Amino acid sequence: MASHETHRAIDAVWRIESAKVIAKVARMVQEVGLAEEIAQDALVTALERWPQTGVPDNPGAWLMAVAKHRAIDYLRRRKLLALKHEELGRELEMEQDMAFADVDEPGSGDDGADDYGDDLLRLIFTACHPVLSTEARIALTLRLLGGLSTDEIARAFLVPEPTVAQRIVRAKRTLAEARVPFEVPGPEERNARLASVLEVIYLIFNEGYSATSGGDWMRPALCDEALRLGRVLAELATQEPEVHGLVALMEIQASRAKARTGPSGEPILLLDQNRARWDHILIRRGLAALARAEALGGALGPYALQAAIAACHARAPTGADTDWQRIAALYDALAQLAPSPVVELNRAVALAMAFGPATGLEVADALLAEPLMKNYHLLPSVRGDFLFKLGRLEEAHAEFERAASLTRNLRERELLLARAAACLPDGTPRLG
Amino acid sequence: MRFMMLMIPKGYESAAAGTLPSADAVAAMMKYNEELQKAGVLLSLEGLHPPAMGARVSFPGGKPRVVDGPFAEAREVLGGFWMINVASRAEAIEWASRCPGGENEVIEVRQVQEMSDFPPDVQEAAAGFTEMQQAPSGKSKGKGG
Repeated sequence: MASHETHRAIDAVWRIESAKVIAKVARMVQEVGLAEEIAQDALVTALERWPQTGVPDNPGAWLMAVAKHRAIDYLRRRKLLALKHEELGRELEMEQDMAFADVDEPGSGDDGADDYGDDLLRLIFTACHPVLSTEARIALTLRLLGGLSTDEIARAFLVPEPTVAQRIVRAKRTLAEARVPFEVPGPEERNARLASVLEVIYLIFNEGYSATSGGDWMRPALCDEALRLGRVLAELATQEPEVHGLVALMEIQASRAKARTGPSGEPILLLDQNRARWDHILIRRGLAALARAEALGGALGPYALQAAIAACHARAPTGADTDWQRIAALYDALAQLAPSPVVELNRAVALAMAFGPATGLEVADALLAEPLMKNYHLLPSVRGDFLFKLGRLEEAHAEFERAASLTRNLRERELLLARAAACLPDGTPRLG
Repeated sequence: MRFMMLMIPKGYESAAAGTLPSADAVAAMMKYNEELQKAGVLLSLEGLHPPAMGARVSFPGGKPRVVDGPFAEAREVLGGFWMINVASRAEAIEWASRCPGGENEVIEVRQVQEMSDFPPDVQEAAAGFTEMQQAPSGKSKGKGG
């Protein structure tokens, strides 16, 4: 195999194996930053040896064995150092002896080559620990669990590489200083910690998804990576309905990726999308993930509810077939669980579609006093639409104009001004 | 990037109708399938009945001609496939290498074409291709009044 081919093969093996190797070593040395360095060392060894020896038959096991040996070396050195400081106290030493007992002999007390799931789950919870800033959690997750290089992360987030490198270094230091244990959180903090994990994955997805055109090729790769992480988590935490809910939401949103922009990159709203361009493999997967969340019983959480709403659209052969009453009911549930002005506005739209513009307008009007909505163009845009449908053209005109003045998107502004103009009697210039 | 891993088992071209893999073979393959699923790369997978239960339609002179299987002239036939989503061709090859394949099995790794792979003129000529590809099946197209 030519050398560059070997390097490509090593890249591929690294992408598949790195998280498992880091997780296993982190379990041994109880420190994520150090674990990553040890795993990187193993990678460097592979890069040196494999071009000469060829890729081994089981490259994953090879990397794991090299990394484990390094970890054991490290632990032995640390233990020796501890012995030298014997005078500091025999108790401490004994404690450490006990702690090392199960890692001193590789293979014994090991949970088997295939059973890496628990360690991987610990790694996910640690990388997404709330002690870290959101940005740090995202960078660390992509680095430790996605096997992405700092350069790739930097390109995906359109920030300079040193910034990302700094973020990762600081994140590792923070975890070490805070002595964050390498474990799956116990029942009392499990929900909050899981929410942090899901938030990170969804933020990664949205970072990729919100770049609609002309973006760096890395940005779509972020959607893929978030989906992959979600699917991995779904197999590790099979009993968590919100994990399946998030996966369902991402699968269904990703299914629309090719339909949501026009030939020149202009955004196409959901109801105007050509549904034949939706990816039916992803829709099928999304509906299956939602069914998994529902099958676990109990009330749906915020992600599962959003997925259920997305599923209503995915199931409708045409926009006209949309089950708006069900969507309105799902938004009702979402508004109670995770109330926000944006959810409320969406609820207003769903209510208007299900029961007529007057019902929607009532909910939208209640948002006028909401400070967060003051400069949000979608509120006047939605109100304008309701008022137009109710025949209150003067008011509709004013709302569309206001919306146009608030949006920063040029195309959207043109669209809103056109709608505003359509509210006026034919050809009559507006006076005053 | 989406890739198909096409399983080509030698001998399957002449397998009797109704031939199914043994429980052992299925168990080994399931372990591999689970690995793909746990890694978050598996999109879908299917196994195919032997060609003895299928048919081939050829077009001599532009006219369809149907021949029932097995096909005497076929040297390689599909036994099934996986569709995976991975970051590179090398990663797809690495996954294929991990399959517990038998002595007589070959996996062909092929990238799935995306419309964006084609130059604009071909994209234009193929307008509507995606629609055809993904038209909902088994649903009445007629809309009641």
